[in-house]
Amino acid sequence: MMEVLANDLPALQVVVPLICAPLCLVLARWPRLVWLLCLATSWTSLAIAITLLDQVLAGGPISYVMGGWAAPWGIEYRIDAVNAYVILIVTGIASVVMPYANQSVAREIRADRVPLFYALLMLCLTGLLGMTITGDAFNVFVFLEISSLSMYGLISMGRDRRALTSAFQYLVMGTIGGTFILIGIGFLYVVTGTLNMADLAVLLPEVTQLRTLHTAFAFLVVGIGLKLAMFPLHLWLPNAYAYAPSTATAFIAATATKVAVYALLRFVFTVIGPVIAYEDLPFGEIAMTLAVLGLLTGSFVAIFQQNVKRVLAYSSVAQIGYILLGISLATMMGLKAGMLHLFNHALMKGALFMAVGCFFYRTKSVRLDDLRGIGRKMPWTFGAFVIAGLSLIGVPLTVGFVSKWYLVQATLENGYWPLAVLVLGGSLLAVIYIWRVVEIAWFGNPSVRAVDATEAPLGLLIPTWALVLANLYFGTHTELTVGVADLAARTLLGGLQ
Amino acid sequence: MLHHTVLRVIAKLLVPVILLFAFYVQFHGDFSPGGGFQAGVIFATGIILYALVFGLDDTMRAVPPGVLKILSPTGVLIYAGVGMETMLLGGNYLDYDFLAHEPTHGQHLGIFLVELGVGVTVASTMLLLYYAFAGREQGQ
Amino acid sequence: MRFLQLYNYEIAIFLAMVGLYIVVSRGNLVKKIAGLSMFQTSVFILYISMGVVQGGTVPILIEGTQRYSNPLPHVLILTAIVVGVATTAVALSLVIRINESYGTVEEDEIHQQDESF
Repeated sequence: MMEVLANDLPALQVVVPLICAPLCLVLARWPRLVWLLCLATSWTSLAIAITLLDQVLAGGPISYVMGGWAAPWGIEYRIDAVNAYVILIVTGIASVVMPYANQSVAREIRADRVPLFYALLMLCLTGLLGMTITGDAFNVFVFLEISSLSMYGLISMGRDRRALTSAFQYLVMGTIGGTFILIGIGFLYVVTGTLNMADLAVLLPEVTQLRTLHTAFAFLVVGIGLKLAMFPLHLWLPNAYAYAPSTATAFIAATATKVAVYALLRFVFTVIGPVIAYEDLPFGEIAMTLAVLGLLTGSFVAIFQQNVKRVLAYSSVAQIGYILLGISLATMMGLKAGMLHLFNHALMKGALFMAVGCFFYRTKSVRLDDLRGIGRKMPWTFGAFVIAGLSLIGVPLTVGFVSKWYLVQATLENGYWPLAVLVLGGSLLAVIYIWRVVEIAWFGNPSVRAVDATEAPLGLLIPTWALVLANLYFGTHTELTVGVADLAARTLLGGLQ
Repeated sequence: MLHHTVLRVIAKLLVPVILLFAFYVQFHGDFSPGGGFQAGVIFATGIILYALVFGLDDTMRAVPPGVLKILSPTGVLIYAGVGMETMLLGGNYLDYDFLAHEPTHGQHLGIFLVELGVGVTVASTMLLLYYAFAGREQGQ
Repeated sequence: MRFLQLYNYEIAIFLAMVGLYIVVSRGNLVKKIAGLSMFQTSVFILYISMGVVQGGTVPILIEGTQRYSNPLPHVLILTAIVVGVATTAVALSLVIRINESYGTVEEDEIHQQDESF
């Protein structure tokens, strides 16, 4: 059976979590079995992702047509270095979050809703993987909506009643973003007659109705910008991350915005092409301005938050600003830095949110007042938080340093030294907000909730430390990430050097 | 609603017709507007009409929520299962040509099965939604 | 004259703008959902009207006709309609639970309750 399925790995990447989701509901009477099934599924997806990355690095882009209908009439799944890299990130995070989910979900979600939570998590994974792997523009919209709807459900399962209003706010903004993307895809279809991305890339340079094309581009950028929390469309993010259950936050924070960045890269560089985006339209300048604004406001507002998850959420807005800054430069080094930060931020934020989830497991709160003095009671968790925080700041030997280094190099290469200063300024602001949390957690007198806290259980600690060690490992052994990011940047820029 | 004789009689006459029409729409999707989603919604509408006229408790006894909670994922599994079957028979995902001895028959069978899966899921999900919304006033 | 010929685009734009205005200006959560639904419907109208072929009939195989309207936008919109229905269902479920938690569906009252939290 394995030999027959060996050629179908691109389809299996999406189908395996897709089949797991309804199975979670069918087996709802045995929650332990549901968790084991999801664990097996996410590890299988990781294995498939690694195999696909190997195949792409060895043999070039892979193409797979659904239903046997040849492209451009059928839906094609097209995997090249950019895709395979993002798929590896998403499945990797899922594989680490799943073992963590066992105890975290059991503590935070009502018992009869646990299978529903896992089903939504698997559907979210399906949507994100499908969005990344597909080569058809409309398919991107469909999988985007699948992942978004499951995210609204996941977020609304938080214990605080503000989880409901956050999920609603995210729903309204997310649906508007998705509809904008739909309009953009519609206009692209109208001027070319095809929905296949490779075909669009060939046909779009010859299009004469430039106004439609530019409008389509504008709608796509705004729609995808809403999904990736580009400033000023980031307003849904702090509430959504703060009030969702810990597992959901850890998973969504590390993956959802990265896949949206991938979608932006795909539409800007492959489908529409850097010539139209950067020369005919001021996309580079706009992206750079918004990236810098996001970077500064995110880091600055993070300093004043009372809820540690909100600190990390605003920090995410800032980090997405870094990624966008790299992309807006449109040079080899800029794109490489942006893509590197994609991977590294997933590792950093995943570890940070998982550590906060460990704190929540013992103290039932994420407010800084309640976490006073928790560091001494939960030293291992606190250690994980500190190392991941150092990675966020960009200390050498960690993964954050690698991407900041490449980003500063990219800005200096173009002569934009004020930008390099701003990047370093963002790091300084990160020092302030991370140090604030560290100081309260370690040096404060134990609060009422922290006094009785003991170390987090191994089931939560081991996945958290796995991600933290990945931070350190990929910060010192950079061949894989930098190599693939380099190849991805080269693939995206294509003809341009 | 129990003392509205006209409503009760007409609903009793109409609900089977609506369900039959839903089946018609389901299986004629190849030749006229129709298919799984529309048929599922029409089917659910028939049952909801019954629930509106005769009350939620009677409807829940006729179509129990537990059954719906199993049927709903089953439809998705039918759809994904057809795809897995075509992969195991040697084709790409959802390549219906491989399902029967002749490609045309395979296409017919494939589309029939996936639309059935879609119809089952949509009908059961719509009914579950109605049960969830309407059952709330009674404190469930 | 050309302006009058493009009436399908004008209707779609009008509906989209009305929908977006309702989402932004109305504080009642259910009205926001209605506006969102209207916004999505305007996109459907845009797509399907773009697929019309002059002199073409409905895209179902009929004996004797050669010219059909483009069926692809119809298929895309079918998917988008289902997405819209699912979104509305999730939104309404959230509103029901918000109503149970806060006792109201007016956005400013919800904000007031959260600030005093």
